[in-house]
Amino acid sequence: MGDTSKSKLEVRIWRGKDEGGFSSYFVPMRDNQTILDVVTEIQREQEPALAYRFACRVGVCGSCAMTVNGKPRWTCRTHVTKVAGEGVLTLEPLRNLPRIKDLVCDMSAFFQKWQKAGGKHVGTATRKDRPALVDITNPARVTANAAIECINCAICYSACDVVAWDKDYLGPAALNRAWTLVNDERHGERDETFDKSFGEGGCSSCHSQGNCTRHCPVEISPSESIAGLKRAAFSGLPNTGSQ
Amino acid sequence: MERSLFKAQRISALLLAPWVLIHLGLILYAVRGGLTASEILARTQGSMFWGLFYGSFVLLVTIHAPIGLRNILREWTPLKNNNINPMCFMFGLFIFVMGIRAVVAVVSV
Repeated sequence: MGDTSKSKLEVRIWRGKDEGGFSSYFVPMRDNQTILDVVTEIQREQEPALAYRFACRVGVCGSCAMTVNGKPRWTCRTHVTKVAGEGVLTLEPLRNLPRIKDLVCDMSAFFQKWQKAGGKHVGTATRKDRPALVDITNPARVTANAAIECINCAICYSACDVVAWDKDYLGPAALNRAWTLVNDERHGERDETFDKSFGEGGCSSCHSQGNCTRHCPVEISPSESIAGLKRAAFSGLPNTGSQ
Repeated sequence: MERSLFKAQRISALLLAPWVLIHLGLILYAVRGGLTASEILARTQGSMFWGLFYGSFVLLVTIHAPIGLRNILREWTPLKNNNINPMCFMFGLFIFVMGIRAVVAVVSV
Protein backbone atom coordinates (compact mmCIF):
# COMPACT_ATOMS: atom_id res chain seq x y z
CA MET A 1 0.00 0.00 0.00
CA GLY A 2 1.99 2.95 -1.24
CA ASP A 3 1.76 6.58 -0.22
CA THR A 4 0.70 8.01 -3.56
CA SER A 5 -0.51 11.37 -2.37
CA LYS A 6 1.30 14.21 -0.72
CA SER A 7 -1.79 15.31 1.16
CA LYS A 8 -2.59 14.36 4.72
CA LEU A 9 -5.87 13.11 6.03
CA GLU A 10 -7.14 14.66 9.26
CA VAL A 11 -8.81 12.05 11.47
CA ARG A 12 -10.81 13.28 14.45
CA ILE A 13 -11.38 10.39 16.85
CA TRP A 14 -13.57 10.34 19.95
CA ARG A 15 -11.43 9.64 23.00
CA GLY A 16 -12.99 8.69 26.32
CA LYS A 17 -16.30 7.20 27.37
CA ASP A 18 -19.45 9.33 27.64
CA GLU A 19 -17.32 12.26 28.66
CA GLY A 20 -14.36 12.99 26.50
CA GLY A 21 -13.53 14.81 23.34
CA PHE A 22 -12.15 14.55 19.85
CA SER A 23 -8.42 14.22 19.24
CA SER A 24 -7.03 14.96 15.80
CA TYR A 25 -4.48 12.75 14.07
CA PHE A 26 -2.90 13.16 10.67
CA VAL A 27 -2.12 10.23 8.39
CA PRO A 28 -0.97 10.13 4.76
CA MET A 29 -3.64 9.72 2.13
CA ARG A 30 -3.09 6.41 0.31
CA ASP A 31 -4.67 4.48 -2.49
CA ASN A 32 -7.16 1.80 -1.47
CA GLN A 33 -7.24 2.92 2.14
CA THR A 34 -10.15 1.86 4.32
CA ILE A 35 -11.33 3.57 7.50
CA LEU A 36 -10.13 0.55 9.45
CA ASP A 37 -6.68 0.86 7.84
CA VAL A 38 -6.53 4.47 9.03
CA VAL A 39 -7.57 3.62 12.59
CA THR A 40 -5.08 0.77 12.72
CA GLU A 41 -2.29 3.02 11.44
CA ILE A 42 -3.07 5.61 14.10
CA GLN A 43 -3.22 2.99 16.85
CA ARG A 44 0.07 1.38 15.82
CA GLU A 45 2.08 4.51 15.08
CA GLN A 46 0.59 7.40 17.00
CA GLU A 47 -1.83 6.40 19.76
CA PRO A 48 -1.21 2.92 21.24
CA ALA A 49 -3.93 3.46 23.87
CA LEU A 50 -6.65 3.91 21.23
CA ALA A 51 -9.42 1.34 21.75
CA TYR A 52 -11.30 -0.02 18.75
CA ARG A 53 -12.69 -3.37 17.68
CA PHE A 54 -12.10 -5.50 14.61
CA ALA A 55 -11.54 -9.15 13.69
CA CYS A 56 -11.88 -10.35 10.10
CA ARG A 57 -11.11 -7.13 8.16
CA VAL A 58 -13.13 -8.40 5.18
CA GLY A 59 -16.75 -7.61 6.00
CA VAL A 60 -17.78 -10.89 7.55
CA CYS A 61 -17.55 -10.60 11.32
CA GLY A 62 -19.43 -7.32 11.80
CA SER A 63 -17.25 -6.12 14.66
CA CYS A 64 -15.62 -2.97 13.24
CA ALA A 65 -18.71 -0.77 12.83
CA MET A 66 -18.32 2.85 13.90
CA THR A 67 -19.91 6.19 13.24
CA VAL A 68 -18.02 7.77 10.36
CA ASN A 69 -18.75 11.41 9.61
CA GLY A 70 -22.10 11.05 11.35
CA LYS A 71 -23.22 7.81 9.70
CA PRO A 72 -22.85 4.24 10.93
CA ARG A 73 -20.61 2.22 8.62
CA TRP A 74 -18.58 -0.98 8.46
CA THR A 75 -15.10 0.47 8.51
CA CYS A 76 -13.23 -2.46 6.97
CA ARG A 77 -15.16 -2.13 3.72
CA THR A 78 -15.53 1.64 3.62
CA HIS A 79 -12.88 3.39 1.57
CA VAL A 80 -11.64 6.74 2.76
CA THR A 81 -12.13 8.28 -0.66
CA LYS A 82 -15.83 7.45 -0.46
CA VAL A 83 -16.50 9.40 2.73
CA ALA A 84 -13.71 11.94 3.34
CA GLY A 85 -14.66 14.52 0.75
CA GLU A 86 -13.19 17.41 2.73
CA GLY A 87 -10.12 15.46 3.74
CA VAL A 88 -11.45 15.09 7.29
CA LEU A 89 -12.76 11.97 8.97
CA THR A 90 -14.71 12.13 12.23
CA LEU A 91 -14.93 8.77 13.98
CA GLU A 92 -17.18 8.01 16.96
CA PRO A 93 -18.55 4.81 18.49
CA LEU A 94 -21.92 3.52 17.31
CA ARG A 95 -24.99 5.39 18.51
CA ASN A 96 -27.63 3.76 20.77
CA LEU A 97 -25.16 1.52 22.61
CA PRO A 98 -23.36 2.22 25.92
CA ARG A 99 -19.82 3.43 25.33
CA ILE A 100 -16.88 1.58 26.89
CA LYS A 101 -13.83 3.45 25.64
CA ASP A 102 -12.95 5.47 22.55
CA LEU A 103 -14.54 3.64 19.58
CA VAL A 104 -15.71 0.56 21.47
CA CYS A 105 -19.24 0.12 22.76
CA ASP A 106 -21.01 -2.51 24.82
CA MET A 107 -22.98 -4.78 22.48
CA SER A 108 -24.74 -6.74 25.27
CA ALA A 109 -28.14 -5.09 24.90
CA PHE A 110 -28.04 -5.62 21.14
CA PHE A 111 -27.52 -9.37 21.48
CA GLN A 112 -29.90 -9.72 24.42
CA LYS A 113 -32.62 -8.28 22.23
CA TRP A 114 -31.96 -11.01 19.65
CA GLN A 115 -32.84 -13.51 22.35
CA LYS A 116 -35.85 -11.48 23.47
CA ALA A 117 -37.15 -11.48 19.88
CA GLY A 118 -36.97 -15.29 19.81
CA GLY A 119 -33.85 -15.26 17.65
CA LYS A 120 -32.52 -18.62 18.82
CA HIS A 121 -32.92 -21.42 16.30
CA VAL A 122 -34.55 -24.51 17.80
CA GLY A 123 -33.89 -27.62 15.81
CA THR A 124 -36.48 -30.31 15.18
CA ALA A 125 -34.16 -33.13 14.19
CA THR A 126 -31.42 -35.07 15.92
CA ARG A 127 -27.96 -35.85 14.65
CA LYS A 128 -29.24 -39.30 13.72
CA ASP A 129 -31.73 -37.85 11.24
CA ARG A 130 -30.63 -37.14 7.71
CA PRO A 131 -30.14 -33.46 6.81
CA ALA A 132 -33.35 -31.62 6.03
CA LEU A 133 -34.24 -31.45 2.35
CA VAL A 134 -35.02 -27.78 1.93
CA ASP A 135 -36.94 -26.70 -1.14
CA ILE A 136 -35.06 -23.57 -2.16
CA THR A 137 -37.89 -22.50 -4.45
CA ASN A 138 -40.44 -22.35 -1.64
CA PRO A 139 -41.52 -18.67 -1.24
CA ALA A 140 -40.93 -18.78 2.54
CA ARG A 141 -37.40 -20.08 1.98
CA VAL A 142 -36.75 -17.36 -0.60
CA THR A 143 -37.98 -14.78 1.92
CA ALA A 144 -35.76 -16.20 4.66
CA ASN A 145 -32.75 -16.25 2.35
CA ALA A 146 -33.23 -12.59 1.49
CA ALA A 147 -32.72 -11.64 5.14
CA ILE A 148 -30.41 -14.37 6.42
CA GLU A 149 -26.98 -12.87 5.71
CA CYS A 150 -27.00 -10.42 8.64
CA ILE A 151 -23.49 -10.05 10.10
CA ASN A 152 -24.66 -8.65 13.49
CA CYS A 153 -22.74 -5.41 13.05
CA ALA A 154 -25.43 -3.30 14.82
CA ILE A 155 -25.27 -0.61 12.15
CA CYS A 156 -29.05 -0.79 11.69
CA TYR A 157 -29.50 -0.62 15.47
CA SER A 158 -27.31 2.47 15.56
CA ALA A 159 -29.13 4.11 12.63
CA CYS A 160 -32.60 3.51 14.05
CA ASP A 161 -34.31 6.54 15.60
CA VAL A 162 -36.92 4.36 17.33
CA VAL A 163 -34.13 2.58 19.22
CA ALA A 164 -32.82 6.02 20.19
CA TRP A 165 -36.03 7.10 21.87
CA ASP A 166 -37.50 3.75 23.03
CA LYS A 167 -34.97 1.64 24.90
CA ASP A 168 -37.37 -1.31 24.97
CA TYR A 169 -37.58 -1.50 21.17
CA LEU A 170 -35.97 -4.72 19.99
CA GLY A 171 -34.46 -3.07 16.93
CA PRO A 172 -34.18 -3.96 13.24
CA ALA A 173 -31.56 -6.72 13.47
CA ALA A 174 -33.40 -8.76 16.11
CA LEU A 175 -36.70 -8.48 14.26
CA ASN A 176 -35.03 -9.30 10.96
CA ARG A 177 -33.64 -12.42 12.61
CA ALA A 178 -37.09 -13.33 13.95
CA TRP A 179 -38.52 -12.98 10.44
CA THR A 180 -35.96 -15.42 9.01
CA LEU A 181 -36.87 -17.98 11.69
CA VAL A 182 -40.60 -17.50 11.16
CA ASN A 183 -39.94 -18.43 7.52
CA ASP A 184 -37.61 -21.33 8.33
CA GLU A 185 -39.29 -24.72 8.05
CA ARG A 186 -36.53 -26.25 10.21
CA HIS A 187 -37.22 -23.94 13.16
CA GLY A 188 -39.19 -25.75 15.84
CA GLU A 189 -40.67 -22.68 17.53
CA ARG A 190 -42.04 -20.54 14.71
CA ASP A 191 -45.18 -19.58 16.66
CA GLU A 192 -43.16 -18.68 19.75
CA THR A 193 -40.73 -16.56 17.76
CA PHE A 194 -43.61 -14.80 16.05
CA ASP A 195 -45.27 -14.11 19.42
CA LYS A 196 -42.02 -12.71 20.82
CA SER A 197 -41.49 -10.48 17.80
CA PHE A 198 -44.85 -8.93 18.63
CA GLY A 199 -44.16 -8.53 22.34
CA GLU A 200 -43.60 -5.26 24.10
CA GLY A 201 -41.10 -3.22 22.07
CA GLY A 202 -41.61 -5.57 19.14
CA CYS A 203 -42.31 -4.99 15.48
CA SER A 204 -45.44 -2.90 16.11
CA SER A 205 -43.15 -0.19 17.54
CA CYS A 206 -41.38 0.23 14.18
CA HIS A 207 -42.17 3.52 12.43
CA SER A 208 -41.01 2.25 9.01
CA GLN A 209 -38.54 5.11 8.66
CA GLY A 210 -36.16 2.82 6.78
CA ASN A 211 -32.87 4.04 8.26
CA CYS A 212 -31.94 0.40 8.92
CA THR A 213 -32.32 -0.56 5.28
CA ARG A 214 -30.56 2.58 4.07
CA HIS A 215 -27.46 1.87 6.18
CA CYS A 216 -27.27 -1.93 6.14
CA PRO A 217 -23.81 -2.72 4.70
CA VAL A 218 -24.84 -6.12 3.34
CA GLU A 219 -27.95 -4.64 1.71
CA ILE A 220 -30.52 -6.52 3.74
CA SER A 221 -33.86 -4.79 4.23
CA PRO A 222 -34.89 -5.11 7.89
CA SER A 223 -37.77 -2.73 7.04
CA GLU A 224 -39.14 -5.35 4.69
CA SER A 225 -38.70 -8.09 7.28
CA ILE A 226 -40.55 -6.05 9.91
CA ALA A 227 -43.29 -5.30 7.38
CA GLY A 228 -43.51 -9.06 6.80
CA LEU A 229 -44.04 -9.68 10.52
CA LYS A 230 -46.74 -7.01 10.61
CA ARG A 231 -48.50 -8.51 7.60
CA ALA A 232 -48.35 -11.93 9.18
CA ALA A 233 -50.41 -10.57 12.08
CA PHE A 234 -53.33 -10.55 9.63
CA SER A 235 -52.44 -13.31 7.20
CA GLY A 236 -50.95 -15.84 9.62
CA LEU A 237 -47.53 -17.44 9.55
CA PRO A 238 -45.95 -17.97 6.12
CA ASN A 239 -46.50 -21.39 4.59
CA THR A 240 -43.13 -23.09 4.67
CA GLY A 241 -44.47 -26.19 3.00
CA SER A 242 -43.55 -28.39 5.96
CA GLN A 243 -46.85 -28.30 7.88
CA MET B 1 -51.78 -7.97 23.76
CA GLU B 2 -49.49 -5.88 21.53
CA ARG B 3 -50.47 -7.83 18.46
CA SER B 4 -54.20 -7.46 19.20
CA LEU B 5 -53.82 -3.73 19.75
CA PHE B 6 -51.78 -3.43 16.55
CA LYS B 7 -54.49 -5.19 14.56
CA ALA B 8 -57.31 -3.23 16.19
CA GLN B 9 -55.59 0.06 15.39
CA ARG B 10 -54.87 -0.84 11.77
CA ILE B 11 -58.40 -2.17 11.08
CA SER B 12 -60.04 0.81 12.77
CA ALA B 13 -57.83 3.15 10.68
CA LEU B 14 -58.88 1.33 7.53
CA LEU B 15 -62.55 1.78 8.37
CA LEU B 16 -62.16 5.32 9.67
CA ALA B 17 -60.58 6.65 6.47
CA PRO B 18 -63.82 6.74 4.40
CA TRP B 19 -65.81 7.78 7.47
CA VAL B 20 -63.58 10.82 7.97
CA LEU B 21 -63.89 11.80 4.30
CA ILE B 22 -67.70 11.60 4.48
CA HIS B 23 -67.64 13.60 7.73
CA LEU B 24 -65.44 16.32 6.18
CA GLY B 25 -67.62 16.42 3.06
CA LEU B 26 -70.66 16.83 5.26
CA ILE B 27 -69.09 19.77 7.10
CA LEU B 28 -68.25 21.47 3.80
CA TYR B 29 -71.79 20.88 2.54
CA ALA B 30 -73.39 22.29 5.68
CA VAL B 31 -71.14 25.35 5.79
CA ARG B 32 -71.28 26.18 2.09
CA GLY B 33 -75.03 25.69 2.00
CA GLY B 34 -75.37 27.96 5.04
CA LEU B 35 -77.53 25.54 6.97
CA THR B 36 -78.72 26.73 10.37
CA ALA B 37 -78.56 24.51 13.45
CA SER B 38 -82.27 23.88 13.28
CA GLU B 39 -82.04 22.91 9.61
CA ILE B 40 -79.26 20.46 10.44
CA LEU B 41 -81.22 19.00 13.33
CA ALA B 42 -84.25 18.64 11.07
CA ARG B 43 -82.18 16.38 8.87
CA THR B 44 -80.54 14.35 11.63
CA GLN B 45 -83.35 13.90 14.18
CA GLY B 46 -84.94 10.52 13.78
CA SER B 47 -82.47 9.54 11.07
CA MET B 48 -81.38 5.94 11.40
CA PHE B 49 -78.67 6.53 8.78
CA TRP B 50 -76.93 9.39 10.59
CA GLY B 51 -77.38 7.62 13.93
CA LEU B 52 -75.62 4.52 12.61
CA PHE B 53 -72.99 6.52 10.74
CA TYR B 54 -71.92 8.67 13.66
CA GLY B 55 -72.47 5.89 16.20
CA SER B 56 -70.00 3.68 14.32
CA PHE B 57 -67.69 6.68 13.90
CA VAL B 58 -67.57 7.13 17.66
CA LEU B 59 -66.97 3.43 18.17
CA LEU B 60 -64.05 3.39 15.71
CA VAL B 61 -62.47 6.48 17.24
CA THR B 62 -62.88 4.91 20.67
CA ILE B 63 -60.80 1.96 19.47
CA HIS B 64 -58.27 3.88 17.39
CA ALA B 65 -57.34 6.97 19.40
CA PRO B 66 -56.47 5.43 22.80
CA ILE B 67 -54.13 2.88 21.14
CA GLY B 68 -52.33 5.68 19.31
CA LEU B 69 -52.14 7.75 22.48
CA ARG B 70 -50.73 4.71 24.29
CA ASN B 71 -47.97 4.40 21.68
CA ILE B 72 -47.11 8.09 21.97
CA LEU B 73 -47.01 7.99 25.77
CA ARG B 74 -44.83 4.85 25.69
CA GLU B 75 -42.34 6.45 23.33
CA TRP B 76 -42.21 9.98 24.61
CA THR B 77 -42.78 9.81 28.38
CA PRO B 78 -41.07 7.85 31.15
CA LEU B 79 -44.46 6.38 32.15
CA LYS B 80 -44.72 2.60 32.32
CA ASN B 81 -47.47 0.42 30.84
CA ASN B 82 -49.12 -0.17 34.22
CA ASN B 83 -49.83 3.58 34.33
CA ILE B 84 -50.37 4.18 30.64
CA ASN B 85 -52.89 1.37 30.08
CA PRO B 86 -55.52 2.55 32.61
CA MET B 87 -55.00 6.16 31.51
CA CYS B 88 -55.69 5.26 27.89
CA PHE B 89 -58.62 3.06 28.84
CA MET B 90 -60.17 6.00 30.69
CA PHE B 91 -59.43 8.26 27.72
CA GLY B 92 -61.25 5.80 25.45
CA LEU B 93 -64.18 5.64 27.82
CA PHE B 94 -64.33 9.45 27.89
CA ILE B 95 -64.36 9.64 24.07
CA PHE B 96 -67.06 6.97 23.89
CA VAL B 97 -69.37 8.62 26.44
CA MET B 98 -68.95 12.12 25.00
CA GLY B 99 -69.30 10.87 21.43
CA ILE B 100 -72.41 8.80 22.02
CA ARG B 101 -73.91 11.65 24.04
CA ALA B 102 -73.41 13.97 21.03
CA VAL B 103 -74.87 11.44 18.59
CA VAL B 104 -77.93 10.88 20.76
CA ALA B 105 -78.36 14.66 21.08
CA VAL B 106 -78.59 15.24 17.33
CA VAL B 107 -80.40 12.07 16.33
CA SER B 108 -83.02 11.64 19.05
CA VAL B 109 -86.38 13.22 18.35
